[in-house]
Amino acid sequence: MSVLPYFVAAWLVLVGLYGIATSRNLIHLIACLSVVQSGTYVVLLAIGFRVGGTAPVFSDVAPGTPTVDPIVAALTLTDVVVGATVTALLLAIAVQTHKRTGTLDPDELRELAG
Amino acid sequence: MRHRARLALFSAGALALAVLLGWGVLGLPRFGHTHDTVGDVITAAVTGERHVSETVGAITFDYRGIDTMGEELILFVAVAAVAIVLRDEHEEPLDEGAGRTSLQTSETIRFIGLALLPCVVLLGLYIVSHGHVSPGGGFQGGVILASGALLLFLAGDFRTFHRTVSEPVGDPAEAVGMGGYLVIGLAGLAFGAAFLDNVLPFGSSGDIASGGVIPLLNLTVGLEVGAGIVLITIEYLETIVRVRQREVVP
Amino acid sequence: MSDITALQALVLVLVAAGGTAVVLERDPLHQSMVAGGFGILLAVLFLVFNAPDVALSEIVVGAVILPSLVLVALTRTGKGKT
Repeated sequence: MSVLPYFVAAWLVLVGLYGIATSRNLIHLIACLSVVQSGTYVVLLAIGFRVGGTAPVFSDVAPGTPTVDPIVAALTLTDVVVGATVTALLLAIAVQTHKRTGTLDPDELRELAG
Repeated sequence: MRHRARLALFSAGALALAVLLGWGVLGLPRFGHTHDTVGDVITAAVTGERHVSETVGAITFDYRGIDTMGEELILFVAVAAVAIVLRDEHEEPLDEGAGRTSLQTSETIRFIGLALLPCVVLLGLYIVSHGHVSPGGGFQGGVILASGALLLFLAGDFRTFHRTVSEPVGDPAEAVGMGGYLVIGLAGLAFGAAFLDNVLPFGSSGDIASGGVIPLLNLTVGLEVGAGIVLITIEYLETIVRVRQREVVP
Repeated sequence: MSDITALQALVLVLVAAGGTAVVLERDPLHQSMVAGGFGILLAVLFLVFNAPDVALSEIVVGAVILPSLVLVALTRTGKGKT
């Protein structure tokens, strides 16, 4: 039972990859990519969790109480914001693809050549 | 590749990946009992060494400040790339009122939006400036400030939004944010220490003026993230207005 | 004997269900709203894991920025309806 967080993270990655592989719309594909990214966030935070630890902020608890690991939280929080910006770039590419070819379907894009 | 063949290939690959992930997960230490020495060392030392009460902020901007610089550069380049990808070949001037439908924004939405706007901006500034005292920091506060600008567009119209936060305001703000981080890092060199070293005096933990260089880095990152996301939004909205502009002119 | 509390297990199962819902919803307009809800669920999970900074990031990004970007992109690629 205590491997549930890692199984949920693996499930999120796999289900997101399934969405990417069988998508018929580029914008739906990009949202599935964000699901894959959230699976990695769950893995990072699950590794950093300590039983009985509190949040790594010492404004109300005395320094020295056991906390959860702060390093993975630092990694994840910049990751979330930068991931959103890269998603904005991917959406811009999808918008330009629609402008040039008139379709958002990955299957049809494969057949247009030149 | 046909749809069925693609699905079969994906199923085979996903099954292999699932088996590999399952085997890896079962070899991890028990949930909640990973004993990482570096995290515990930092938690024990941060209040005494840096006089800040927020460990995650200290790691992001002091112990691993160079990683944050790299992430900020990714954001900067992504904003520039969005501007390049969404460029318009026809260089006609933007007509801000183009194609406005007869639907006016309702008075209720406008009132609530304008009433909430100062609260959102205040919240964003609070979270940016208190990043080393309580949970928050430059990244979160910058995104909140950008969503305040988005609220200006949603409650008003594009003309209000474009007059207030247009590109001559956003571009220098983003550049100052990015350059400010580098300048503060180089100031460490000027003081005789390493790049991005914490060279200003630490105050007492819990104050705003504590942690040396950390609150200044929070401010620059907040400025850059907020301006970057506002610039992305401007680029997207301009493409829509240009499409309407071309539809109106026969 | 497990160290995972009932609350954490419940939120984890809800997150897995939410991720599946985001993928299975094929219409991008409906999917953006489901993705906003999934972002809030993720933020609750990060709070339950005692990481408030990450929860704050995920709330503002997953519920504000991502759905609004998807909606603007959808407006731009709408079939003639802006």
